[in-house]
Amino acid sequence: MKTYTNTGNKDTRSGFGAGLTELGKTNENVVALCADLIGSLKMDDFKKNHPERFFQVGIAEANMIGLAAGLTIGGKIPFTGTFANFSTGRVYDQIRQSVAYSGKNVKICASHAGLTLGEDGATHQILEDIGLMKMLPGMTVINPCDYNQTKAATIAIAEHEGPVYLRFGRPSVANFTPADQKFEIGKALHLVDGTDVTIVATGHLVWEALEAAKTLNDKGISAEVINIHTIKPLDHAAILKSVAKTGCIVTAEEHNHLGGLGESVSRVLTTNNPVPQEFVATNDTFGESGTPAQLMEKYGLNAEAIVKATETVLNRK
Amino acid sequence: MSNTQQLEDLTTQVRRDILRMVHKVNSGHPGGSLGCAEFFVALYQEIMDRKDGFDMDGIGEDLFFLSNGHISPVYYSVLARSGYFPVTELNTFRLINSRLQGHPTTHEDLPGIRIASGSLGQGMSVALGAAQAKKLNNDKHLIYSLHGDGELQEGQNWEAIMYAAGNNVDNIIATIDLNGQQIDGSTDTVLPLGSVKGKFEAFGWTVVEIEEGNNIDAILKGMAEAKSRTRQGKPVCVLLKTVMGNGVDFMMHTHAWHGKAPNDEQLAIGLKQNPETLGDY
Repeated sequence: MKTYTNTGNKDTRSGFGAGLTELGKTNENVVALCADLIGSLKMDDFKKNHPERFFQVGIAEANMIGLAAGLTIGGKIPFTGTFANFSTGRVYDQIRQSVAYSGKNVKICASHAGLTLGEDGATHQILEDIGLMKMLPGMTVINPCDYNQTKAATIAIAEHEGPVYLRFGRPSVANFTPADQKFEIGKALHLVDGTDVTIVATGHLVWEALEAAKTLNDKGISAEVINIHTIKPLDHAAILKSVAKTGCIVTAEEHNHLGGLGESVSRVLTTNNPVPQEFVATNDTFGESGTPAQLMEKYGLNAEAIVKATETVLNRK
Repeated sequence: MSNTQQLEDLTTQVRRDILRMVHKVNSGHPGGSLGCAEFFVALYQEIMDRKDGFDMDGIGEDLFFLSNGHISPVYYSVLARSGYFPVTELNTFRLINSRLQGHPTTHEDLPGIRIASGSLGQGMSVALGAAQAKKLNNDKHLIYSLHGDGELQEGQNWEAIMYAAGNNVDNIIATIDLNGQQIDGSTDTVLPLGSVKGKFEAFGWTVVEIEEGNNIDAILKGMAEAKSRTRQGKPVCVLLKTVMGNGVDFMMHTHAWHGKAPNDEQLAIGLKQNPETLGDY
């Protein structure tokens, strides 16, 4: 089976920062806003290089979203930066009315998504943001898998006209996709060929899915692994093509099973080709303090959990 | 340049439009709309430097943002009568498949509208963003915005008000419609605003008061004063003291007509008090 090499763990938020730095040089319409988390979002370089295009808004996320919506009127492409929780739930109505319904070209860039921001605990660990954002008409939702892909996605969304939610995280995770990749919104990436089960994963659980595929291979199970970096619009064709071959699917995401990638995949399956599905996701719960690895183990979001879900789904075929 | 009589004639016609629009669909918000009729007429006919036609970016012209979107009837009437879309389209207000939604939206591509509003408290931030874009584009034109006084109860306003002063956004004139009324009663009984002037000044804004907010000459004079205070390092706020329901005697000085349409008889009385000037749509 095809394998991938981790070139060294890196945090995806730094991929965002690097992408933003690049955009600063290449696209003069790109502006950035931050709600008192410049260091956490890795926006320091952009601020230093382009102070006139950087807006420190203070701890005032609602105002930040409105400012971003207003900045589009005059041709700017605003990138807002704060934690995922404060990027979505805290400002849902602002995004809904001033950005999504108004069709504004705002890029909502959210770090520290999910459990793996770690020790800060559940107040900061949003597991509902994908659901919140994908329900908004016209919103594109992207959850890249590693540093390189987050950088590529950051650059790509500047070229996409319309609101985007870009989700990434704090912990250092495997960096295994090509540094020079071109990011295509809405196009799933086929990583490993397999015949027994389809594993579709998003975010850093893609690496866990690759690890799981190796374990499954050792057990004589052939897993197909697909990286779904864009949850909306979802690549229906890639999913349906794969399950036509494998006949069952496991979805993996660092998100509540309610409202996440898994539910979007379920809808595609039930309306086209119903096959057994198992969810690797949190089970309608809040998180808690702990290290990223501890939390992924406790809440069943790692390679081991994907292997277990695969064995379950194979029994249902 | 129009004379005062022409502006007053237009205002009377706008009042008729408002009454007829909300009456037809038995819904909408006539009170605040009537209270701001003079302001909208003065703004679109005299105060703003506007280009012909409409494009979303609005580079090279003054822009207006309505934050209290429920007073859409006055907004639509004045936009139509300022040439943004056919006056006959006012007939479609709040009807299925209309561009004239209950609250203003960009979603139906209605010329003149640059942001959706209706969920209150968001317009100040949007207007400030547009003001920052003007600065980045080296566009010397101004941003105008209108906000209800009850709307100031929404916390996002105060984030925006603090931001504007802290960042010297001095190319905006944000007007507060001080009519003292909101849906459930007077602002004093629902949640007292205290000194709005004192609050804006404490946050670092320049404040200009227009005591007679339903007098076109007073509006023109006050807004000219406000404009003269822009580009001096501070955002500018206009406190526009209006009478909700102005121009229709039984709708004045009460919150009762905030979100209620007149019946046939009440419409007839209202129209009689505002005789046709420029032709009904």
